[in-house]
Amino acid sequence: MNNLLLPIASLIGAGLVILGLMFYRRSQHATGSGFGHFLRRNGVFVSSYLILSLLGWIFFMIILPQLYMVDFSFSHNLPPSKIGGPEDVYTTQNYEYLLFGSPGSEDAFNWLHLKVFLRTILAAVVVTIIDLALCYPVAYYMAQSASSGKLRMMALCLLLPFWVNEILRAFAFRILFGSGGVFNNVLMGMGLIDQPVDFIRADVGLYAGLSYAYLLLMIFPLYNAIESLDHSQIEAAKDLGCPWWRVHFEVVMPFAKPGIASGCTMVFMLSCGALAAPQILGGPSSLWFTQIIYQWFNTGGNWPLGAAYALVLLVVCIIFVMAVMRLFKVSFGEIIK
Amino acid sequence: MSANVELENLNIRFGDFHAVKDVNLNIRDGEFFSFLGPSGCGKTTILRAVSGFNDPTEGAIYIGGENMLGSGPNERPTALVFQSLALFPLMSVADNISFGLKVRGVGKVQRRKKADELLEMIALSDQGDKLPSELSGGQRQRVAIARALAVEPKVLLLDEPLSALDLKLREHMRTELRRIQQRVGITFIYITHDQGEALTMSDRIAVMSHGVMQQVGSAQDIYDNPATSFVASFVGENNPINGTVIAAEEGYVSLKTDFGELRGRNERGLQPGDRATLFIRPQNLCLSERGDFDNCIQTTVNDQEFEGEFEHLYLAGDSRNLVVSLINDGAIPQFSNGSPISVGFHSDRAVVLPAGEMAYE
Repeated sequence: MNNLLLPIASLIGAGLVILGLMFYRRSQHATGSGFGHFLRRNGVFVSSYLILSLLGWIFFMIILPQLYMVDFSFSHNLPPSKIGGPEDVYTTQNYEYLLFGSPGSEDAFNWLHLKVFLRTILAAVVVTIIDLALCYPVAYYMAQSASSGKLRMMALCLLLPFWVNEILRAFAFRILFGSGGVFNNVLMGMGLIDQPVDFIRADVGLYAGLSYAYLLLMIFPLYNAIESLDHSQIEAAKDLGCPWWRVHFEVVMPFAKPGIASGCTMVFMLSCGALAAPQILGGPSSLWFTQIIYQWFNTGGNWPLGAAYALVLLVVCIIFVMAVMRLFKVSFGEIIK
Repeated sequence: MSANVELENLNIRFGDFHAVKDVNLNIRDGEFFSFLGPSGCGKTTILRAVSGFNDPTEGAIYIGGENMLGSGPNERPTALVFQSLALFPLMSVADNISFGLKVRGVGKVQRRKKADELLEMIALSDQGDKLPSELSGGQRQRVAIARALAVEPKVLLLDEPLSALDLKLREHMRTELRRIQQRVGITFIYITHDQGEALTMSDRIAVMSHGVMQQVGSAQDIYDNPATSFVASFVGENNPINGTVIAAEEGYVSLKTDFGELRGRNERGLQPGDRATLFIRPQNLCLSERGDFDNCIQTTVNDQEFEGEFEHLYLAGDSRNLVVSLINDGAIPQFSNGSPISVGFHSDRAVVLPAGEMAYE
């Protein structure tokens, strides 16, 4: 089945090398800025080290594994003995499986997996919105109001909990929201409820855990964006008659849009791809799409199917993010800033 | 409706720092009023208190007779032009100008009409669709003023708005600002450390130092009749000569100084025995041989500087150099450094004030 993969991989590798050589050739003529300047400033040895390590990273860590995944996703799930044999041909059956289910099933579509897929995307959107709502005020306070001492204190308080292992944190949330957990005990102690609420089944624990896990990825882009806003613009907006909430919608948020977009993108992508938190905090009836992928790779032993599912998730997430960015008129370049 | 600004016993403290001390002032409706003082004198603090960004620790602020306590910046009939201008970088020039109207719920068509009117007033009619970053410094300056005027404030507050401009543009903008003020006819409160700006534009000026209002008056008043040593030394060039009062009669005092007995106007009721400083401006000091003067100072020349219309002599004074500015009539003798010289002045050109804080460190 690797009959196409190797030529494609070597073609891309060769392409990268040729691209590098072209830049090098051009740099010898170039006098001003850009690549030639980079080469002269760092010397041939350091420059080639930097470029080769970067290209090597992109090729071996990003392109090659993804190519393998693509290759897998279009293959049959064959025992090792048959790999390379006459049955090892490309197929779209794995993608068909996600859409239509197994050939013998009664339903027209594979509703079980498609529903999980849509619910995962929707839940990731909700997690992103929760994080944005939580982080915006904090980031605003840190960037525009806090004294430097308070700012350091807050950054520390935000960072320290993330030294705790992710799995441990997820279990801690499970204990907090469990039927005998702190929240239920407090609510029952206050007499607000007489039966423990099943927070886990209601996915409260899942949303809390996921939102918490990606808090920093939202706060820091927001902080960076808001911090560069001249405070007198906020005052000018107030002076011209804005009530406080309108200052945010008219002045701060438009200015911080690239930061908001980059934070939302990261939180959304990582939430879609999260595994540990849904595994530990998800209710018995809720399944995360990554859990299905994990099952195909692990217990199901069907790597091609897992690869197809993973690729669909990746591509749909990217398309979704692009579409939302388009909707809010954010360019990709702004996010990188 | 009247829009005078009254500061009543205004005190503002930041922790232990007493930024504004006991300021009482009535700024009249339609007046161009300047606060003049070195940085850190509390002038910006007063401005921010009037616009609503700081609360007075004690005292009150009335605008048009209404106590402003508890009204936020968005509820006051004031508009502030920031030192950094604070134009919104993502909005077009026209959107910047009409921002305050948008917030007030004015419709799009009317907003654009008002923006066009103001753009015409600031001579930027065809620039409305540009971004602020595409304008020059002076143009941005005018946009900031137009944005503040768009909300039709009763009082326009300007916080050193010209400090970022180069000298030529600054001088041009002075005239421009004065023209705009006369055209819209509202109260302007102007903050500056540049006495040239304050003297040329203002109806009245308040000179501030360390949170204390030293003197309020017209430009001429402040220049010719300074009330304190600080004002005398801060506004324009002035030569201080320290001494002790030995006699006071008919509006004049005689002072015993390092240069013998000198006489000047007694504006502050000094009595014999008081420590006092006599101030004489460089253009009022002349070479003794060129006239018949009541006062003569015998000293030595430290330096001589040629400056076209004027020639400046730097003479040994009692604490710092005495500056003499002579009009260049082509007959000014050349002095070698260290040579003795005699300069004189008329008593009515010198003012004697109680010894006190000077504007130099």
